[in-house]
Amino acid sequence: MTSLFELAKVLRSKNSGPFELTLDILFDSKENYDRVKYSGKISVETICKLYNITEDQVHHLVFFDQALGVKITIARKTSSGTVGDRDVYGAQQHAPLMKIMIE
Amino acid sequence: MNKEIRILSPCGILGYGYPASSFLRGMEEEIHGIVVDAGSTDAGPHKLGAGVSIVSRRATKKDLEIILKNGVPRNIPIIIGSAGGAGARPHVEWTLDIVNEILAENGLQAKIAVIWADFTQEEIIEANNQGKIKPLSANIPSLSNEMIQETGSIVAQMGHEPILEALHNDSDIIICGRAYDPSPFAAIGIYHGMDEALSYHLGKILECGALCAVPGTTKDCILGTIKEDSFTVKSLNPARKCTPMTVAAHTFYEKEHPYLLHGPGIELDLSQCEFTEIEDGVVQVTKSKLTKPEQMFIKLEGARRVAYRTFVIAGVRDPILLENIEEIQQAVKEQVTEYYPEIDTEDYEIHFYNYGMNAVLGEMETEPFRGHEIGALFEVIAKTQELANTICATVRSTFLHYGYDKRKSTAGNLAFPFAPSDIEFGAVYEFSIYHLMEITENPFRIEYVQGEM
Repeated sequence: MTSLFELAKVLRSKNSGPFELTLDILFDSKENYDRVKYSGKISVETICKLYNITEDQVHHLVFFDQALGVKITIARKTSSGTVGDRDVYGAQQHAPLMKIMIE
Repeated sequence: MNKEIRILSPCGILGYGYPASSFLRGMEEEIHGIVVDAGSTDAGPHKLGAGVSIVSRRATKKDLEIILKNGVPRNIPIIIGSAGGAGARPHVEWTLDIVNEILAENGLQAKIAVIWADFTQEEIIEANNQGKIKPLSANIPSLSNEMIQETGSIVAQMGHEPILEALHNDSDIIICGRAYDPSPFAAIGIYHGMDEALSYHLGKILECGALCAVPGTTKDCILGTIKEDSFTVKSLNPARKCTPMTVAAHTFYEKEHPYLLHGPGIELDLSQCEFTEIEDGVVQVTKSKLTKPEQMFIKLEGARRVAYRTFVIAGVRDPILLENIEEIQQAVKEQVTEYYPEIDTEDYEIHFYNYGMNAVLGEMETEPFRGHEIGALFEVIAKTQELANTICATVRSTFLHYGYDKRKSTAGNLAFPFAPSDIEFGAVYEFSIYHLMEITENPFRIEYVQGEM
């Protein structure tokens, strides 16, 4: 078992507009990308559990083979930069993904 | 056709800065347009709501000076996208003022096109009543007319069409109000008859400056070249390199979908794209596709003021206090509320953010606290600034002297880094409009002015 943190080259979060947060996982080898892709660990269920959200709050979960990357877009609970928001750029919301264990 | 159209992107956001040497390296090639994006919603609704920029005037002038001094004498069209950060009237006027100042100081003359992106509340209400407005994503509420009336500043993202018109009218400098980030770049390619899909996809890559290179940064220049059935990107700084992976990965950046991108009147499908390194550090992209949906929508952005804020940042080091800090903060909150029975509790909110404990992820945090100190930030959000200041001062003094269980440090609970401790923040805004509006014709108004000598 290896953590996603070790396998991924880039693991980041960012706003995609003020109402959504997008999580990017990018790899620098096809081997690591395929290992993660076919592990089945990157799923809507995993994301819901990690972020304490419901399935309808996961707007996209897409593998993009050319870029060796996975993109997950979720609804923001609070829109960017208003009362109650904790991360205006959404740039520090990726950390929970790092511990996902891949076989 | 065997022509190539070259576009220079100096940096990711105008005012972020870039090495002049990179820019001048670009000037050694035949450049058909210098395009710089100035806008973003990343920093929240405040810029749009308050009519201010996120970068300083001085930095913006520094960046623009290099662009204008090199571009204007060579007759290279210069386009600024989403001027001033949010692209509303005050932002566009601010940018125009800086441009005029540089032209005057350098004895330059230029025909300037200003493309306004502002909409009045009446126009939006009318469209809303006609059922032409819908939320951009599922978690955005439907737009009420009341919401529109509360929204002081409303802009829409323009596509390439008005920019193209300004280019056809021989503009030397085009200052765009709010624009879809890739549009000002795409306009150059489309103006020269190049493929729209390639022009837009290249725009998507170029709008962040050198972020598509490695090491990536928004503070350096990148060169894009559109050819008949491909485009290439290369770094203008030898310290950075584009690779197929960095360019493909950048296609991903800050969009909700990795390869389906929606813009005003366009849908990009990049699922079949191929990214190839054709020479060292030069990446070629092919097979970008673009379709035009039957109905044309533009994205509206509006910000309304929701409250005023006062906040305090303090350190907590006492281990006994740290043990039960969240309960103690709850008790502080209750004591403050009890102290002001005459103030409606609907008129204010008290929030605690404990940096080191759970401030970033909030209720999503699952990691147990392990530190020996925290940064305790607390804020009061209220209907008026005076009320925010008043309640915050009481929260601060109550928290500072709160006599919690097992307390030994009876002199005070908080380490303030600054005096005064309370910071009056001002108005807080929210994106009250983030909707799509159906249009039938280009609603963006162009004004031409002569930049003085």
